[in-house]
Amino acid sequence: MDKTNIVARTGNEAMAEAMRQINPDVVAAYPITPATEVVQIFAGYVADGLVKTEFVPVESEHSAMSACIGSAAAGGRTMTGTSSQGLALMAEMLYIAAGLRLPIVMADVNRALSSPINIHCDHSDTMMVKESGWIQIFSENCQEAYDNMLQAIRIAEKAKLPVMVTTDGFIISHGMERLEILSDADAKAFVGEYKPEYYLLNFEKPITVGALDLTDYYFEHKRQQIEAIKDSKQIILDVAGEFGAKFGREYGLFEKYKMDGAEIVIVAMGSTAGTAKVVVDGLRSKGVKAGLVKPRIFRPFPKEELAESLKGMKAIAVMDRSDSMNAQEGPLALEIKAALYDAPAGSCRTVLSYIYGLGGREIKLEDIELVYNDLSEASKGKAKPKVSYLGVRE
Amino acid sequence: MSIQKREKKPGWKELPEGDLIIGGGTASGFKTGDWRSKRPIFLKDKCIHCLTCWVYCPDSAIIVQDGKVIGYDYDHCKGCGICYHECPVKGKAIRMISEKEAKAKNTVIAKAEGPKQP
Amino acid sequence: MIEIRWHGRGGQGAKTAALLLADAALASGKYIQAFPEYGPERMGAPVASFNRISPSPIKLHSGVTDPDIVIVLDPTLMDSVDVTEGMPANGTLLVNIEKSPAEVKVIFGIGAGIKICTVDASNISIETIGRDIPNTPMLGALIKATGILDFKEMMEDMKKKLEKKFKTKPEVIAGNLKAIERAYNEVRI
Repeated sequence: MDKTNIVARTGNEAMAEAMRQINPDVVAAYPITPATEVVQIFAGYVADGLVKTEFVPVESEHSAMSACIGSAAAGGRTMTGTSSQGLALMAEMLYIAAGLRLPIVMADVNRALSSPINIHCDHSDTMMVKESGWIQIFSENCQEAYDNMLQAIRIAEKAKLPVMVTTDGFIISHGMERLEILSDADAKAFVGEYKPEYYLLNFEKPITVGALDLTDYYFEHKRQQIEAIKDSKQIILDVAGEFGAKFGREYGLFEKYKMDGAEIVIVAMGSTAGTAKVVVDGLRSKGVKAGLVKPRIFRPFPKEELAESLKGMKAIAVMDRSDSMNAQEGPLALEIKAALYDAPAGSCRTVLSYIYGLGGREIKLEDIELVYNDLSEASKGKAKPKVSYLGVRE
Repeated sequence: MSIQKREKKPGWKELPEGDLIIGGGTASGFKTGDWRSKRPIFLKDKCIHCLTCWVYCPDSAIIVQDGKVIGYDYDHCKGCGICYHECPVKGKAIRMISEKEAKAKNTVIAKAEGPKQP
Repeated sequence: MIEIRWHGRGGQGAKTAALLLADAALASGKYIQAFPEYGPERMGAPVASFNRISPSPIKLHSGVTDPDIVIVLDPTLMDSVDVTEGMPANGTLLVNIEKSPAEVKVIFGIGAGIKICTVDASNISIETIGRDIPNTPMLGALIKATGILDFKEMMEDMKKKLEKKFKTKPEVIAGNLKAIERAYNEVRI
């Protein structure tokens, strides 16, 4: 790696950098903390002539996604960025983007949803739209945010599905880290050119987009969409494989950290997975058989693969940075439990759900140590609450 | 719709992705004529060929040849009567009759061909 | 891994200082983190920012609670903020103040064992850059006080970056470099 390609960047800067290298045809966006910088920095690139993108400053996130849908349907490579309330306001249009199978890529900086109003990190915004039909990729750090953005374009265009790449608000979005960037030429070659099969501005092959679909066709189109997001799992793996082979950074559907010989395991997404790795290192040095599984892809949910990776565990803790409002565990815990239910007999049944970090509440090494401690005790048969709220004042 | 009653609808694997309808002018294949409860009858002798009806018809069902109205496309005319309403001729060059009446009288109406699609 | 906390007031450049240090440490081949205390930004209110510097990749993403080094950009904060909070007994406290380490120890009641260093970075920056922006010279004082980076290497890297940033303002480049160098030489340990 050329030393000039090692830079210090925040998560937002890293994502904007990836967008510069992708050089999309259209970016339509509306500012919102803590995602503002992504499109603000990118708008600077547009103003400076570093990209050929048409930047559409809109009046709301609903309009941002609407403009993105128009652009993508017209045949343009299209990107945007948002967070929290912005994502919530987009929700209606997110479903339309996915249903129309438009490969829009979004930088989504995770932030708590109001009310109470809060600008800090949790995953409730992304979880709110987990059924919208968007592929959801979580990033642990700045490097992953950058790499995921580049891969997202390829995944979206191949799967004909929109993709949101998330980072943890402030923790990653505003945290500066060491980042290895690709050369512009490598990045350009990797993302390639977007050549949609059908698009509105192709007068040679006219199409109708968004036709009314009643009782006679809607279900078939939804069935197609369900199959497409299922199939995108292989596309995600293929793109990750090519990225790894070319640039040496390996990605999959999820990361297994010190899972060889592990008996107790935490499943966690985003920046907390990094902090948990530090705890795992410490426990391993003391002989505790601790491991970590970090889902990178939340949608499509890698159900069978995750169940397989959790085979033989004695106790599992799933850490959710959002709650499902009495569904009853956190959203990730529910998915993991469902995966284990369908897994071959004898798979681990001790699954503890931990809700943590809502509204940016700090998650410390000691908190995660406590979870592993609970797991240790649970693996020895001690009863533990099914759902715990980590770091909240009683 | 009569056409759909006859066709076996495609399964999800056969449909174009993303709710796309591929190809232009597909509305011509969607016959809306059977929505009609009243039909316009063209009174050739009264028509001044101002084409007002052609401008207003929401279904492009007024058939014009060489700048002159020659009849209506009953495959697509929904019988809304806008042509009749807008016709500026005193006493109107269009008469609206009920489909029931049309069928009872077995009115022979030369069915003009619809516009050809590319 | 070394953890650092910067104390300043909103608008004084505590965040910029952390970013500056991270950038310099990165240039020397280290892994870095720099992040502000996340909150509403209010001009004049006490704020903090943080660094982690390590020879190996940094996975930890929680806040810095027990910093090895604490840097105070504005000593007037020390009446209301316990800047030594969480510091280990052998930590280093670097303060932008015209007083001596011994005086600081007495005035603010700093615990035994903590290494106190002082430098009048505000005065240095006024004399060299023409404005009271102590964060740049504090970088020089920090390196002298802790040895976390090689001074020469850092200066060369800084020169390159300033030359890139202030192409049309050579006086700014010279002023900044001079400020760092003076603080490096004048810091009292």
